[in-house]
Amino acid sequence: MKYVSEFRSPEIVDALLKQIRQIAKGNWNIMEVCGGQTHSLVKNGLLSMLPSNIQMVHGPGCPVCVTPVNLIDKAVYLAIEQKVILCSYGDMIRVPGSNMSLLEAKSKGADVRILYSPLEAVKIARENPEREVVFFAVGFETTAPANALSVIHAHREGIRNYSILTSHVLVPPAMDAIMSDSECRVDAFLGAGHVCAIMGMQEYYPIVEKYKIPVVITGFEPVDLLEGIFMTVKQLECGQYKLENQYARVVEANGNRPAIKAIDEIFEVTNREWRGIGEIPCSGYGVKAKYSSYDATRKFKIDISGSHEDLTCLSGDIMKGKIKPRYCPNFGEKCTPVHPLGAPMVSSEGACAAYYHFNMSAAGMYRD
Amino acid sequence: MNLSCPIPKFDFDTINLGHGSGGTLTSQLLDAGVFKLLENDLLNKKHDGAVFSLNGKVAMSTDTYVVSPVFFEGGNIGDLAVNGTVNDLAMCGAAAKYLTLSFVLEEGLKMTEFWEILVSIKTACDAAGVIVITGDTKVVERGKGDKIFINTTGIGLVHPRANIDIDNIKPGDRIILSGPLARHGITIISHREGLQFETTISSDTRPLNQIVSALLDEFGEYIHLLRDPTRGGLATVLNEIAAQANLGISISQKNIPVEEEVDGACEMLGFDPLYVANEGLFVAIVDASIAGELLKRLQAWEYGAMAGIVGEVTADHPCKVIMKSTIGGHRVVNMLAGEQLPRIC
Repeated sequence: MKYVSEFRSPEIVDALLKQIRQIAKGNWNIMEVCGGQTHSLVKNGLLSMLPSNIQMVHGPGCPVCVTPVNLIDKAVYLAIEQKVILCSYGDMIRVPGSNMSLLEAKSKGADVRILYSPLEAVKIARENPEREVVFFAVGFETTAPANALSVIHAHREGIRNYSILTSHVLVPPAMDAIMSDSECRVDAFLGAGHVCAIMGMQEYYPIVEKYKIPVVITGFEPVDLLEGIFMTVKQLECGQYKLENQYARVVEANGNRPAIKAIDEIFEVTNREWRGIGEIPCSGYGVKAKYSSYDATRKFKIDISGSHEDLTCLSGDIMKGKIKPRYCPNFGEKCTPVHPLGAPMVSSEGACAAYYHFNMSAAGMYRD
Repeated sequence: MNLSCPIPKFDFDTINLGHGSGGTLTSQLLDAGVFKLLENDLLNKKHDGAVFSLNGKVAMSTDTYVVSPVFFEGGNIGDLAVNGTVNDLAMCGAAAKYLTLSFVLEEGLKMTEFWEILVSIKTACDAAGVIVITGDTKVVERGKGDKIFINTTGIGLVHPRANIDIDNIKPGDRIILSGPLARHGITIISHREGLQFETTISSDTRPLNQIVSALLDEFGEYIHLLRDPTRGGLATVLNEIAAQANLGISISQKNIPVEEEVDGACEMLGFDPLYVANEGLFVAIVDASIAGELLKRLQAWEYGAMAGIVGEVTADHPCKVIMKSTIGGHRVVNMLAGEQLPRIC
């Protein structure tokens, strides 16, 4: 596959690993922000190939993982009590709510459908005018344009039975929150490539300056990740801190203008609660008042008074990079992909599930 | 669809509850449809069961088919129901001889669709060299089924040289995969609501009994284990084998065949081809001494061009499947917790 196979070349991977080994003298903790990067690191076995003084710390960039439990409860409530057609991206439906996941709601008779695109949900609304259709619009900046576009389309066509239950979160405020934590041990960031493909690079300069920390916007293939790590280590070893773009084949400095325009039309920046982390100011998107009739939380009366998180789940510390999944007492025992306590064990991009599925400990190949 | 089998004249365009009543409509459906198309001496008795003799060691297998959509690129639920059971027997080292065939039809199923499925069953039976000798038909109310469910049970004679047993596998044995992964699963998912995408990928459903029989003729007891990686894919089958045998399995991603278009679809969907279903593939765990020869024989088969030795059995890491990635890293390949779900981004 063009633009894929060349970024999985064993020869280039070898060469990059050699270069990293040559220049890496200090002990460095590098956080890959995006769950897609975590997934790729473990799936390709890269963690077992890096020199031991380079530690990868897994960030909060898994949209499924940071969606607060009360929002899952709202989705379940809408599906069961309001009997809406609840449409969702696939990996969201297994995330446990206070009482049940959307998958369990489905087995109890709720109409829960897995879609790839919110525009499909608009189509379902068009074809089922007698039913209310709600799209569970989660994600980072990456999925925001498509979710915004679905509202724009529905509005343009006069479709009144469509709304979104939104839980959009933003990457830069999360990086800021991680860095401002006094226990933070992150020396550098691999920036989330696809988020920057939408939003561009400008938002990251203030973080680089404020915390004097290298940020290298990085892609997802093995060669991308190793090149990003190499660029980061090079800065760290020289005592530099700057914003660099490893993923230039996809990320442009100013991002994707039409996508940003769609976001700006529908969403405004609001405070957001992050599962396991708590509320972060100005860290997400909410639907603008002008489009409130497409906002499921305003359209429906939602009663989720009993909403609560499992207090034994350490996902907050894991997502802030404070502990590795395998040091969580529940990991692999009380908490498994079949019976997850927290969201990072559900999504294949979640740090816990990634470690569970691909972990090397049993084979003696694990290193962290 | 086989054009030499024109649809007979039925009194109704769709299946209704009467077709499952056991009365006149059932007889019409069976006489004009099932019995006529699939006729053979045993089925023609139209009795509640079939009476026959078999000499030798016998294998038996049963499976129920509930695939949705019922029709897909490369086949339909009909061929699947025949090939699936024929292949389960082949994995026991047996050549399927007789099948039972039971339908659960949903009220409202179009007669033309039912006929198309029946014709596929007939074609698949002919290709695999099996006959249907008895069966059953039930009809459920609209909304209580998904067009059609099929159960087939097969019985077959075990190859005289076959000695297929989990206890036979040992460290050093080679793991051979008969063709490229994930075609069936990706074909099916490409039809699902909300996930549709245009593709030329087709299901790999096909009978495996002839090739397995030919391999057993030549390599007999050197073939230690056969499994078809259907639901759950290659990863699941290898994990089951590792756990049952209490041995480790090492595989190399580089040697695992996946067609480029299938690989691309998996990338797009966020699926791992190791976990995607197949319908016309098998994994053979064979003695290292004949692995090369067996592979050559398999590659000469019309569907075997991409067959490869994908790994080996090891005494290290018992019960674990470890894969060396294309770039040289290692990872554990686990069992899947539930269904593979498409990722958000």
